[in-house]
Amino acid sequence: MSELDIVVIGNGMVGHHFVKTLVESGAPVRITVLGEEPRPAYDRVHLSDVFGGSAPEALALTDRETYESWGVQAHFGEPVSSIDTAGKAVVTSLGRRFSYDKLVMATGSYPFVPPVPGHEHKRCLTYRTIDDLGEIRARAKDSRVGVVVGGGLLGLECANALKNLGLETHVVEFAPGLMGVQLDPGGSGMLRRKIEALDVRVHTGKNTSNIGAGDSCALKMEFADDTELQTDMIVFSAGIRPRDELAREAGLALGERGGIVVNSSLQTSDADIYAIGECALYEGRIYGLVAPGYRMAEAVAQQIAGSEGAFTGADMSTKLKLLGVDVGSIGDAHGRSPGAISFVFSDERKEVYKRIVTSADAKHLLGAVLVGDCGEYDSLLQYHLNDIELPAEPEALIAPAMGDAPVLGVAALPATATVCSCHNVTKGDIVSALDQGCCDLAGVKSATAASTGCGGCAAMLKNLVEDELAARGVVVDKSLCEHFPYTRQELYHLVRVGELKSFDALLAAHGRGSGCDICKPAVASILASLWNDHVLDAAHATLQDTNDRFLANMQKDGTYSIVPRVAGGEITPDKLVVLGEVAKKYDLYTKITGGQRIDLFGARVEQLPLIWRELVDAGFETGHAYGKALRTVKSCVGSTWCRYGVQDSVGMAILIENRYKGLRAPHKLKSAVSGCTRECAEAQSKDFGVIATEHGWNLYVCGNGGMKPRHADLFATDLDDATLIRYIDRFLMFYVRTADRLQRTSTWMDNLEGGIDYLREVVIEDSLGIGAELEAQMAHVIDSYQCEWKTTIDDPQKARRFRSFVNSEEQDNTVTFVTEREQKRPGRKVKAQAQRIAVGE
Amino acid sequence: MTAVTQPDWQAICQRDDLVAGGGVCALLGQEHVALFYLPAQERSLYALGNYDPIGCASVLSRGIVGSIGERLVVASPLYKQHFDLVTGECLEEASAAVPVYEVRLDGDSVLIRG
Ligand code: SRM
Ligand SMILES: Cc1cc2nc3c(=O)[nH]c(=O)nc-3n(C[C@H](O)[C@H](O)[C@H](O)COP(=O)(O)OP(=O)(O)OC[C@H]3O[C@@H](n4cnc5c(N)ncnc54)[C@H](O)[C@@H]3O)c2cc1C
Ligand code: SF4
Ligand code: FES
Repeated sequence: MSELDIVVIGNGMVGHHFVKTLVESGAPVRITVLGEEPRPAYDRVHLSDVFGGSAPEALALTDRETYESWGVQAHFGEPVSSIDTAGKAVVTSLGRRFSYDKLVMATGSYPFVPPVPGHEHKRCLTYRTIDDLGEIRARAKDSRVGVVVGGGLLGLECANALKNLGLETHVVEFAPGLMGVQLDPGGSGMLRRKIEALDVRVHTGKNTSNIGAGDSCALKMEFADDTELQTDMIVFSAGIRPRDELAREAGLALGERGGIVVNSSLQTSDADIYAIGECALYEGRIYGLVAPGYRMAEAVAQQIAGSEGAFTGADMSTKLKLLGVDVGSIGDAHGRSPGAISFVFSDERKEVYKRIVTSADAKHLLGAVLVGDCGEYDSLLQYHLNDIELPAEPEALIAPAMGDAPVLGVAALPATATVCSCHNVTKGDIVSALDQGCCDLAGVKSATAASTGCGGCAAMLKNLVEDELAARGVVVDKSLCEHFPYTRQELYHLVRVGELKSFDALLAAHGRGSGCDICKPAVASILASLWNDHVLDAAHATLQDTNDRFLANMQKDGTYSIVPRVAGGEITPDKLVVLGEVAKKYDLYTKITGGQRIDLFGARVEQLPLIWRELVDAGFETGHAYGKALRTVKSCVGSTWCRYGVQDSVGMAILIENRYKGLRAPHKLKSAVSGCTRECAEAQSKDFGVIATEHGWNLYVCGNGGMKPRHADLFATDLDDATLIRYIDRFLMFYVRTADRLQRTSTWMDNLEGGIDYLREVVIEDSLGIGAELEAQMAHVIDSYQCEWKTTIDDPQKARRFRSFVNSEEQDNTVTFVTEREQKRPGRKVKAQAQRIAVGE
Repeated sequence: MTAVTQPDWQAICQRDDLVAGGGVCALLGQEHVALFYLPAQERSLYALGNYDPIGCASVLSRGIVGSIGERLVVASPLYKQHFDLVTGECLEEASAAVPVYEVRLDGDSVLIRG
């Protein structure tokens, strides 16, 4: 068979996918690629990442060298200007002529710019290519306000870009709602609320009639309803139009509103010319997403390679994050199918909207809309794509977790289920990749290309791979470190059951080597949670992490800070005076912390016991600011003073703080108590938070601020004091038992099979029957509490360890201070930004 | 004959000043020396410069001691880089080594050469 000459017009995402698929098929062909853009194909879907800081180069899907190594002749920046269908050749802008046996048109689409007077102004731009990005960025430099015309998927994506560039951002939409194609009015309304909350101004039902010079800004947009909007730049994103000009001139059949008509073999009206991607019109429809384009590319490549390949339409479901808002649309989102019925859930407080559209008998999922929470997207999509019969009460699929949601586990999926729609990878493909020797997620990704497109399937792929690996008995190494082949949870168990009281005993029984800075503090924490000996006892002192070792937080210059406990943030004037006097006497830098207490900085190690002597004598206790332990329990003033308070939040905060102070845990623990729903103590940002109600207390769990903030989940409502405390006891001890090292409550729960529901079962329903045991363990910790600093200064052996030098009374001369805003601070170091390895204390 | 000037062994502190399983800091003239005492090891005493060249503070004696493979190390309490107790090398950053001192026990006296 002689080699066929294949010419491809356009090197966008789909054109490139075609070339790649055809090359990989090994078919005997000579491929010529003619691209209009100056660079090889790149990932248009992730264009906006560039505004988030990634380099345009990172978007590249290929490069010239790769094409060369494939034997593909490629010319970039040389568009095709005409097709000679009779002579079977194309002519480029440079006048070069290339003959073809088969021609593939992958010319994509262009952004539609409504022909409004003034639209050609140089401050009016579009958003489709890398070059467009550059222009938008340049224009944004001398702009304060930016408008996006078009409130569809691309328009909102573009609004995000403008926002990232620091502009006051407006979205102007002709239709009455946002994303009208993918969302029903309810979903669209919720999306609008959420986007407006992000300070993007949305104007719907606006028909732009003129763009002229502005007064307060460079431009003024006038609308048909006689309103106007001033802006410095406009980006048009009002839909796409297929690039069919070449086809038109060549006399190929086009649709009424444009688009190159193709049949299911993707042939145009000329059987030797194919059209794929966004320029192709199949059954009256343009598919404006990559996945369908890829399917088309594959179908043509298969035909050229001699096998059968057809395109029969594609699913247009999408899941996206627009301006940080989760949006999902599946199938018939508008419920337009005959006889379709809908189930709708809307929560305006949490700003979540969900709708499912089912067949009249409620057995089959026809479509869905999700705004604000896409948690169920994967499950719903599988019901839809595989036509799996719905559970008897389909509403449970979207109702908030009141019990067990009948979520489709990955195990329940048929082998034909599509997991990654970008690359058309089914569950069966993934299973066979694993059968053929892939042994982890990365391996499966490179073998199947799953999850290398839009990334929407990442979570499901991970679940599936882990599930399959587990089913094969593959054990993922979760050893704590080289010295212990166990997880923290397993070590906890070994220590508890074996009643081991020291690191050395544990190492001798279950470990090897000498231990290290990972396992020593982890085991020290386990020993403390279980037996609660003093952390500076001889057997434990050298296991402790930096800060625990000296019961204070080490600062950048090797000095320490001192944070006495101020339970609930309540402090008497006398105690405030003491703190002031001590700070003054030892010349300590003084600061109010974010945790409602006072931090004294700049103490040398040998000063610590002296300072604490004075503090302990004045009635202060250690604040454990150094420990993976209970930190603060913040409070608001509550019903005692506040006109809105319904319970005594200060009293409850102090009770809680005193109850759990000294409890050592896998990571630090924070809490807060608010006196009413106004939530001035920010309890919902804590590991466990309490908010007063008319009838008692609401308990929230597993929140945190910090690096990855997470709102706490409502765990139980209207509890009386005793029940509240019982639940917290159990919750905390279960966390201490089962969490990984340095895992805060939120990540712990995220990794807990069954999540919050399971946690409720264990804590509230006592499903494991360990409630009493957990409470007893907590009682032991509470009963054995001692102020670590008091014990330390009362014990000469322990106090002796606080010395700068064992053989001299001299002070550390490497520590120097300068004065700033009337207080001392460390002198600047030579090497200011040290290379950091570990995060945390 | 030229005499090779080797610094003499000098007593720096008592065994009782050491902390088993960890470090303490001693002054040797103006130098800060971290002394590590590991009674469970075949060789029980190690001495390094106390100044952490990465964190830029005199703190190494306050780090956690352990092993990585066959090497005994101390982890800096500031940013957790590991320093080899025998050679002073930093495992994470080759350019950042700390000085090593010869050290031994004479009865209950800790002797150091420097
Ligand atoms: C002093 C203080 C900042 C201040 O001046 O306000 C502070 C200072 C430190 N924080 Fe913090 N955090 C302080 C409140 C917070 C808060 C706010 C709060 O608690 O309401 C947060 C976010 C809330 C949260 O934790 O969920 C916070 C999130 C962190 C994190 C990130 C935790 C995370 O899960 O992402 C770390 C790193 C870590 O713990 O691993 C950290 C670690 C640290 C350490 C301990 C780092 C260290 O080892 O040097 C800092 C030393 C404190 C010292 O020397 O005394 N600090 N830190 C605050 C002490 C509060 C107190 O009275 O105990
Ligand atoms: C900002 C943005 C975000 C998007 N987000 C998503 C998303 O989340 N999910 C999703 O599925 N899709 C998304 N899309 C759509 C997706 O990018 C397109 O569906 C896909 O790029 C279509 O591929 P294509 O090859 O058909 O067209 P294109 O990628 O546009 O490629 C066509 C190429 O042909 C060239 N060309 C045109 N005429 C000629 C000629 N005469 N001679 C030579 N070359 C020519 C063009 O210059 C262009 O390079 C997004 C698009 C944009 C712009
Ligand atoms: S949370 Fe309520 S009680 Fe507490 S200070 Fe705020 S308004 Fe007052
Ligand atoms: S669905 Fe887009 S990468 Fe898998």
